[in-house]
Amino acid sequence: MTATESVTRQSPGAGPAKTTRKLGTVLLLIALLALALFASLLLGARSVSIGTVIDAIWNFDPSNGDQGVVASRFARTVGAIVVGAALGLAGAGLQGLTRNPLADTGILGLNAGSSMAVVLAIAFLGVSSLGGIMVAAFVGAAGVMALVYLVANVGRDGATPIKLALGGAAMAVGVGAITNAILMISDATMDRFRMWQVGTLSSSGIDTFLGAIPGVAAGALIVLSTARASNAVSMGDDTAIALGFNLNRARLIGSIGVVILAGTATAVAGPIAFVGLMIPHAVRLLVGSDYRWLMPACLIAGPILLLVADTVGRIIAPPSEIQVGVMCAMLGGPIFIIMMRSGMKSVSL
Amino acid sequence: MEATTMAQPTSTGDADVPAKPPAAAQSGTTLAARRRSRVRRTALWMVVALVLAIAAYLFWGRDRLPAAEVFQVLGGEKVPGTSFIIMSDRLPRIAVGMLAGAGLGISGALFQRWLGNPLASPDVIGVGYGASAAAVFAMIIRGYTDWKLNAFSLAGGLLVAALIYWLSAAGKRTGSRLILAGLAIGAMLQALIQYLLTQAQVNTASDVMHWLTGSLASSNWENALLLLVSLGAIGILLLPLVLRQLKMLELGEDAAAALGLHVGWARALLVFVAVAMGALPIAVTGPMAFVAFLAGPITAALTRGPINILLAGLTGATLVTIANFFAANLFADLSLPVGVITGAFGAPFLIWILVRANSTGSGA
Repeated sequence: MTATESVTRQSPGAGPAKTTRKLGTVLLLIALLALALFASLLLGARSVSIGTVIDAIWNFDPSNGDQGVVASRFARTVGAIVVGAALGLAGAGLQGLTRNPLADTGILGLNAGSSMAVVLAIAFLGVSSLGGIMVAAFVGAAGVMALVYLVANVGRDGATPIKLALGGAAMAVGVGAITNAILMISDATMDRFRMWQVGTLSSSGIDTFLGAIPGVAAGALIVLSTARASNAVSMGDDTAIALGFNLNRARLIGSIGVVILAGTATAVAGPIAFVGLMIPHAVRLLVGSDYRWLMPACLIAGPILLLVADTVGRIIAPPSEIQVGVMCAMLGGPIFIIMMRSGMKSVSL
Repeated sequence: MEATTMAQPTSTGDADVPAKPPAAAQSGTTLAARRRSRVRRTALWMVVALVLAIAAYLFWGRDRLPAAEVFQVLGGEKVPGTSFIIMSDRLPRIAVGMLAGAGLGISGALFQRWLGNPLASPDVIGVGYGASAAAVFAMIIRGYTDWKLNAFSLAGGLLVAALIYWLSAAGKRTGSRLILAGLAIGAMLQALIQYLLTQAQVNTASDVMHWLTGSLASSNWENALLLLVSLGAIGILLLPLVLRQLKMLELGEDAAAALGLHVGWARALLVFVAVAMGALPIAVTGPMAFVAFLAGPITAALTRGPINILLAGLTGATLVTIANFFAANLFADLSLPVGVITGAFGAPFLIWILVRANSTGSGA
């Protein structure tokens, strides 16, 4: 216990001052989240006044058209918060437990696995309830994750980040082909699935997003419980084991949490990539690499990214809108490349 | 045609290999001889499989045709109905499928050999997405359907290859950097394709989605001729040179430079040929999943040696032709796009290739 505490602290003696600063950063993130939330309600194809938004929040009048617009934006705002929190934390969990800076639920193929399982469930098992779709999404994500890690583990140097990324990408191509095959066979599924597959917050109602909250909460608690193990892993597997961590158990538990988070997010919003990559790295710059701070901060920063991406996508190309999944890929791709170029030296890929 | 082209790499192959130490020379020659005979045997079996698949599709395509009538049509006679089905549907499909498969197989094998990684096929490292995205743009925004589509597709593939190359060029370990940059660019291009799809009219969107799975349905003699001329020109004029230079590059870039090779130009030419061989078919058939990916490793496994580029082309042609037969016959009331078959049946092979690559240490 004492050993791990001294280890997880950045540098002895700098404790209280650092904690105050981190707390300040987290409060700043919360303020940003509130701002992004308000902007998401305010901005869109139809412009409404700030007063209307405030009225719609505090004394809602169903007969007022402008307030109705705000209400319809409320659903996707809730969606952005739930999905962003899930994907951001899932990325942090993956990166922490495997010391893999390139880990992301999209890159490792988890989102694609969820998509395939959901399509399979809708087309052949007749699943239509949100719970059923979520279970299918977990199973798909878990299956792909297990396969990607098992396959990457073969060989002398084990599951290196690049083997995982390549395996995940290849698996996503394969799983995507099967998804396409099912869609081709069943026109009805294709119709239901087409918008969902882009990664969007506009095709589901608020009930769907609210229904996802228990799943995200459960997954988040599980992943958060692995924060100390992730801190230990960041010093190397041998050190972590010497400190008394059961790494296999921690990785198994963490993986379950990540799969629940990724599956839930994909079930309600479709596959959205790169959020799990960008958020932990951005947050690491702000609060440092202590996972006990980093993971909760990801829960706040993920929603900020998704709210901003969704809002910008709504107003960037009127009258149509660019889906949040497209926005995140356009933003995340360059960041992935920048990280690869700068990270190659410090991280052994 | 295949038999003559097959013999080429093996006959020029040993001349380029630098002299081995005397002690190993004896076993080295017998090994090379054994490998050569394995390549020939595999090529022979591949041709047999290809011919069988062609014959099977001619007789049992969507509808069964009486064998006598098929022979009559192939003999040059006109049989009402059957003539049309064979000459305007089945034969063009086979021709386009074989050419596309050969192009994709060679393209994938060139990338895999050059980067020394079986996972580095154009469909994983983003080059295929570049060709696809450009073609989707040309179809949806510009409404092109003819050779301009091929030109767009080629330009898109080359542009993305250049971008990935530029992004990854600094420093050592270019191979893994190139693959990672390709993954990221590929993800962005997928998003772009999805966005373009949502911008299209409903009819166009459904056509494009069908095309995106990889389909031979739009095959005609014009397409086949276009592919034959473009792929044939590259294959005859540039491919022999690229194969020779590839052997030198594989010795390491310093050694290749010492042998008098201009490494920069050799790499650029190799990338151009590999991209063109993959991008030109994509414009016609759409991205058929896994053909470029699987052809090389399958030949390597069958010959128990390194990937033979031309044999990979033959394997690609065979894979597409076999997949085409199954696509037409798997479901009685539904003709699947051929890419669905290559994708769904390719997935288990993919896992096998991943395991194999990782266990030999070539996965990363």
